Amino acid sequence: MDFNSFFLMRHELTLLAIIMILLIAEIFIPASRKNSIVSLALLLFGLHTLSGFFPLAESKLFGGMFRSNDLIHFFKNVLNLGVLILLLQSADWVKEKMTSNDRGTEFFILLFASLFGMYFMISAGDFLMFYIGLELSTLPVAALAAFEVLKRKSSEAGIKLILSAALASGVSLFGISMLYATAGSIFFDEIILNISLNNLTLLGFILFFAGLAFKISLVPFHFWTADVYEGAPISIASYLSVISKGAAVFIMMILLFSVLKPLMEVWENLIYVLALATMFTGNLFALRQENMKRFLAFSSIAQAGFILLGLITGTQLGTATVVYFVTIYIFSNLAAFGVVQAISLQTGRENMKDYEGLYRTNPKLSLVMMLALFSLAGIPPVAGFFGKFFLFTAAASQGYYLLVFLAVVNVTISLYYYLLVMRAMFLRKGDDPIPFFRNKIYMKLGLVITVVGILILGLYSPLYDYIFQLSGIFK
Amino acid sequence: MDILSLFVIVPVLVILALVFSKGLKQARLIAMIGGIIQLGMAINLIFAYTRERAVNDSIMLFTRDLTWFEQLNIHYSIGVDGISVALITLTSIVLLAGVFISWKIEDLPKEFFVSLIVLSTGVYGFFISIDLFTMFVFYEIAVIPMYLLIGIWGTGPKEYSAMKLTLMLMGASAVLMVGILGIYFNSNADGGALTFNILEIAKVNIPYEAQKLFFPLTFIGFAVLGALFPFHTWSPDGHASAPTAVSMLHAGVLMKLGGYGIFRIAMFLLPQGALTWSWFFIILSATGVIYGAFAALRQTDLKYINAYASVSHLGMVSFALLMLNKTAWNGAILQSLSHGFMTALFFALIGMIYGRTHTRDITKLGGLLKVIPFISAIYVITGLALLGLPGFSGFVAEMNIFMGAFLHDDMFHRILTIVSVSAIVVTAVYVLRVVGIMLMGPVKNTAYLKLPAVTWYEKAGILLLLIPIVGIGVAPLWLSNMIMQSLEPFIRGVL
Repeated sequence: MDFNSFFLMRHELTLLAIIMILLIAEIFIPASRKNSIVSLALLLFGLHTLSGFFPLAESKLFGGMFRSNDLIHFFKNVLNLGVLILLLQSADWVKEKMTSNDRGTEFFILLFASLFGMYFMISAGDFLMFYIGLELSTLPVAALAAFEVLKRKSSEAGIKLILSAALASGVSLFGISMLYATAGSIFFDEIILNISLNNLTLLGFILFFAGLAFKISLVPFHFWTADVYEGAPISIASYLSVISKGAAVFIMMILLFSVLKPLMEVWENLIYVLALATMFTGNLFALRQENMKRFLAFSSIAQAGFILLGLITGTQLGTATVVYFVTIYIFSNLAAFGVVQAISLQTGRENMKDYEGLYRTNPKLSLVMMLALFSLAGIPPVAGFFGKFFLFTAAASQGYYLLVFLAVVNVTISLYYYLLVMRAMFLRKGDDPIPFFRNKIYMKLGLVITVVGILILGLYSPLYDYIFQLSGIFK
Repeated sequence: MDILSLFVIVPVLVILALVFSKGLKQARLIAMIGGIIQLGMAINLIFAYTRERAVNDSIMLFTRDLTWFEQLNIHYSIGVDGISVALITLTSIVLLAGVFISWKIEDLPKEFFVSLIVLSTGVYGFFISIDLFTMFVFYEIAVIPMYLLIGIWGTGPKEYSAMKLTLMLMGASAVLMVGILGIYFNSNADGGALTFNILEIAKVNIPYEAQKLFFPLTFIGFAVLGALFPFHTWSPDGHASAPTAVSMLHAGVLMKLGGYGIFRIAMFLLPQGALTWSWFFIILSATGVIYGAFAALRQTDLKYINAYASVSHLGMVSFALLMLNKTAWNGAILQSLSHGFMTALFFALIGMIYGRTHTRDITKLGGLLKVIPFISAIYVITGLALLGLPGFSGFVAEMNIFMGAFLHDDMFHRILTIVSVSAIVVTAVYVLRVVGIMLMGPVKNTAYLKLPAVTWYEKAGILLLLIPIVGIGVAPLWLSNMIMQSLEPFIRGVL
């Protein structure tokens, strides 16, 4: 292994460097100037994101434990972009609430550590690397969920997340060991050659799948979602719902479409059922939510159900639509969470009722929210429409017309609750509307990027064509 | 720039201008100028179309095709035939009239006009599309602004109506989406590539099983928008709560998307499915025709009367379309146009009456002919047009529909036709009932003696809508020829 091949891990290495720099900065920057850590972290991560767009070779490292190809590279870029937006949106929160009690740097370090784990999870070439990545991506988030130590709900969220995550990863590990027992290897390339359908494989697969399903919060592994989202700081809730879910979807897709492809007849049926259960549960529970974070939690569960429609196909078209949808979903959901965060930061209000009359006092913020909701609901001409339409196209291409039909029923149900937020913001005047406020520059930037993304990603087709071409590895 | 894309680009520019406008005056001025430009474009389109048609006999004229999503073979394909040209003109007229009628809107005027124009852009886009995907995109763009339009500027139980309307129409579009995907994945039945292009798909022999499965989905998807019984329940509530201009655009234009879609997509692309299912949907349509008429007879709220009348008259459209013959189809298109103008005018008049008397309940009104003679006279004229008096557009349309329907050689269809025709009588009864109670007799309330006079913008709105009603009624031949000529390819495809 020569020195150059290390650059296959460029994403990982630069992120590691950023973590180190922040650690050192934490020591040397005096307490009175701790706020500059925020700008430093943003700057470094911005550069990191930019550097990600330079091309990267396709190859393997460590005897196949770590691999990189254009699709994986693209995943990492999407995640980077998402994290960058998230950092912009939470910069003011960190400045105002966290650096005062000297915890700003930790926030960034933990967040980046989790992202670091996700890189390895996506790039994994064997189950060991995958498992380490999974653990590394989850544990820091649990700490982050409990970050607002003074709030009881936040600590509760941390505990809930870490307990359920530990259970899920244990179950998953058990499944992996069974798969190892049948295939005789933990390397993906060898498993795909040796795996065959028998009872042990089946059990191993299901246990393993449960662990990942937990991360994506598929029903019935979704119970932690709403409580954790509600208790955790908003940036962490949006990290969980967007970045963490996106990464888990990517890795699930890679595993299902390549390593576990021989078990397709099993996971096809499994996903069929889970898709329906997840969509209906997420949507029906979202109808009754009053708190915006809980509301977005159930909405994100429902969205995960829609994603499964692309996963069920196992084809190039399916891959492309899933990646495309997740990319769009990251922008849309971050826009929604961004608005919630902006309002919560200024006024501390998080309930849907508080949003009544928002358009008349804060028209721009409500328009951003409107775009985000339309994108999540799948209404043209914003990006979410294209994402969802293509997912359904993928499912229909394999003849799953009934599933598509039930999914579109769900789209209508989801439209109802997204319109409830619209109703609060636009139709009602409200007894005590949120007064007008100006967002700080980072938040503005964070929201503007999401809006541009929502407007452009769908209409601008070369992106989809590019993703489709990348997805060729799953022909 | 091609002449059709302008119908998407100009409204977007108008919206941008509106976004940067300040105050009520600027907003409505921009909306009016935008409306006039669009009407000019529509008139120009008619002339251009007539000229081009004389030398070009392809199905669609002014076609343009831009690849959008290459991998899925999605294109931005546009083109028009005589039917779409007529409906585009209808849209531009009703939009301009709607702007005039909303002249005095005070609450968030900018946002109102923006939503109105977004709606009309969706409608234009729908009528010019010849790609299923593009069409579907525009369909949803046309529906969504209704939520805000009714919810913010409406009256009565507006939140409920807006939600019901949006959910039913978007639910329908969801069903439609499955139908469209079904058509798409069968468009390679003859060995070609998968395509969303309507003209390409029409050449393909889609397997019978698929046609049987996807025709009802596509049909219902569109028919909900056309207020087909029993999926019409959103329409009366929606109309009653909507502000005047929105009712006009909605009943006058948006609901036409339903009939047009049924014709252009469900029947054209899935002809065998249409043959198989026609008996079922024809019963629903006939029921709608009768039910709408009788329901209108029982109402006392002017908007409800008109909404149920729409259910009845649009029932005739799908009824005629399912009769699968040229005369009836011609009637269906004419009825769409004529109903568009008449119902928009009705809603405009109702808005004017409501604005002056603050009630829409006919039992509380009386003798209006004496106090607001202009509005009342126009109301009578429109009423006469609605009940199909010769010399107005309604007569031409209904004549064609029922003559065509009688041509059907099946006894079942003829009996249904006879049943449906009776709706005309009921229409006469409810129109005359309203005229009698509301306009004739002594003035019921002394407060009505001092009602404000008709303003210039109201007159402008009325005139815009009245001219085509009389025009089509007196000289239908030119329009009828244009439509008939465009029906040819459908005849070859379906019959």
